[in-house]
Amino acid sequence: MTNRHFSAAAAVAVTLALATPAYAVTEIQWWHAMTGPNNDVVVKLANDFNASQGEYKIVPTFKGSYADVLNAGIAAFRAGNAPGIMQVFEVGTATMMAAKGAIKPVSELMKEQGEKFDPKSYLPAITGYYSTSKGDMLSFPFNSSSMVLWVNLDALKKAEITEPPKTWPEVFADAKKLHATNPTCGFSSAWGSWGLIEQFSAWHNVPMGSKANGLDGFDTVLEFNTPLETKLLESLVDLQKDKSYDYSGRTNTGEGRFTSGECPMFMTSSAFYPNVKANAKFAYNAVPMPYFPDVKGAPQNSIIGGASLWVMGGKSPEEYKGIAKFFTFLSDTDRQANLHQVSGYLPITKAAYEKTKADGFYEKNPILEVPLKELTNKPPTENSRGLRFGGMVQLRDVFAEEIEAALAGKKSAKEALDSAVSRGNAMLRQFERTAVK
Amino acid sequence: MEPRAIFSGRLLPYLLILPQLAVSLIFFYWPALQALQQSFLVQDAFGLSTEFVWFENYVTLLQTPEYYHAIGVTFVFSALVAFFSLTLGLLLATMANRNIRGVQIYRTFLIIPYAVAPAVASVLFIFMFQPGLGMIARLLQRNGIDWNPVLNGTHAMILVVIVAVWNQISYNFLFFLAGLQAIPKSVIEAAAIDGAKPMRRFWTIIFPLLSPTTFFLIIVNITYVFFNTLGIIDTATGGGPNGATQTLVYKVFQDGKVGTDLGGSAAQSVILMVIVVALTAFQFRYVEKKVHY
Repeated sequence: MTNRHFSAAAAVAVTLALATPAYAVTEIQWWHAMTGPNNDVVVKLANDFNASQGEYKIVPTFKGSYADVLNAGIAAFRAGNAPGIMQVFEVGTATMMAAKGAIKPVSELMKEQGEKFDPKSYLPAITGYYSTSKGDMLSFPFNSSSMVLWVNLDALKKAEITEPPKTWPEVFADAKKLHATNPTCGFSSAWGSWGLIEQFSAWHNVPMGSKANGLDGFDTVLEFNTPLETKLLESLVDLQKDKSYDYSGRTNTGEGRFTSGECPMFMTSSAFYPNVKANAKFAYNAVPMPYFPDVKGAPQNSIIGGASLWVMGGKSPEEYKGIAKFFTFLSDTDRQANLHQVSGYLPITKAAYEKTKADGFYEKNPILEVPLKELTNKPPTENSRGLRFGGMVQLRDVFAEEIEAALAGKKSAKEALDSAVSRGNAMLRQFERTAVK
Repeated sequence: MEPRAIFSGRLLPYLLILPQLAVSLIFFYWPALQALQQSFLVQDAFGLSTEFVWFENYVTLLQTPEYYHAIGVTFVFSALVAFFSLTLGLLLATMANRNIRGVQIYRTFLIIPYAVAPAVASVLFIFMFQPGLGMIARLLQRNGIDWNPVLNGTHAMILVVIVAVWNQISYNFLFFLAGLQAIPKSVIEAAAIDGAKPMRRFWTIIFPLLSPTTFFLIIVNITYVFFNTLGIIDTATGGGPNGATQTLVYKVFQDGKVGTDLGGSAAQSVILMVIVVALTAFQFRYVEKKVHY
């Protein structure tokens, strides 16, 4: 474009901008961390909402990874211009809720703005993670998933394993069998802390920390260095020696080892589905997470992962009105059901789940129902409602460090877990001290 | 006698250095002072509650075993990166300083890696070194090396050193090449006529004459490893496994950005600043004496 053309275009743009009556539309900034197809979903939601009415305009902005969004939001708040809506991952929940004054609880917002809002219409296993112990919803669940065990059915068949494992002892035995055909990895897992500690505790209905895993107060104390947790880690350490189990890192960067066929059993998020569907050149399935059958009441229910939408404090009444309307828009049954079926993330309302079931969607896509069955397996207890540990983002790194030390043979499983708990507790006390009373 | 610019008034010279002074004050001194202030505070992430605690953040820090571990890791890491990036940079510069066909093309290609952002460089190497998927990782595994940087601390360290060195070689190459070209040809030719072999010419003439460049690069490289390798470590290993690649600057980032413990993180950056200032002062005091200008 030549310079003259450019200035002409700019002039037109400016004229257009001036011609639009700015006073009529309230803009609401929405910072998020969604990439690829999920970014398209965010943009489409915003566009659909903007097209559905003329008073409010949702402006989605991609701000990088989950941690980046949180940091950008914190920095913006400190500088006095936070966005209206911020997408924060589940482990950032305690950080956000501790910031009274910086945030606006969703239940309060909906009540103030007079929007129809029935907390009971949402799936408790999902909203529980983002609610106070009294059940007041603090943030609005957006994209949720849970952990499942992905299995390569072809590899299982080759190793003469008739059906996917249900319990941990079966997983260990199958991993050893698979080692013959897959010498570098029989079984592996992603998201070390989320799967092996957080989900494991909820699934076995044992506390990860006191005070209902922190939901009842910041003076929670970690207590997962139990014989049960030690038994799991010891078994994995043992299998790691000949790579029947092979660690794949702290996040999900190792997931490609499942789709490439290297690791025939892989425990990771249910949100891995689109990737598996696109890349796996073998018969596959996803089954519920394994459990120890000798634990009474196991399996309980799984907990979620993913992110929710937080409303920031100190905004104008118009903005709050718009945000409340946007949340009502998001909760619409057809929209939720469609979102779930397109993105693979879990529906947040009971009605959307029922509708998808009634549509016969799960008969064609049974894998998408597995995490929902896990989450709704039993009514959540105080061990399985969710987690609320301050500084959880870094706690996960600390836990992963200790798991790594055990798997590398530098510490015993028990020593590693003891150290994870004591280092974690020191961080929790630091957080408790800074939390706004 | 060095040429000296003479200004008639006092105002002009001050005006001329004003922009640089402003940049230094706004981007270096102000944040440094803020870090110093923050290091005496205990504060939540959003800055809603603040408590003045004197030296408590420092005391807590010095009682953490992981901090001492990070100091050790930093020194091993910087020594390895500085050594390899300087020697390889010098080697390549010596090679490219000859009259061979297409020397311009070689030089250009040798400079390109510097244009790659550290985090991007890291991703490139992760692709090659990812166990089970990466080309080089598979090659190593096929040859009986159990390459596993996600669990083996030594392997993780080797990985980040390779990326950091690769990223920095071009910079060193460029300066060494300029340094080599500034050495008068006549001196080297005279030595050659006297019968000195290439190796001897290099060690007795070229290397000493390069010493100002080398000295400058040592300081720049150490600063580079101490601060700019954050992106590499974050993308390649995340400080793991089990803290094996957690350097001081990475820990500052981890505790401050990920853990939102701003006070503790600020205390660490203050200590880090002191360490780097001390190292640089030491080099100017003792190493510079060996430099021939």
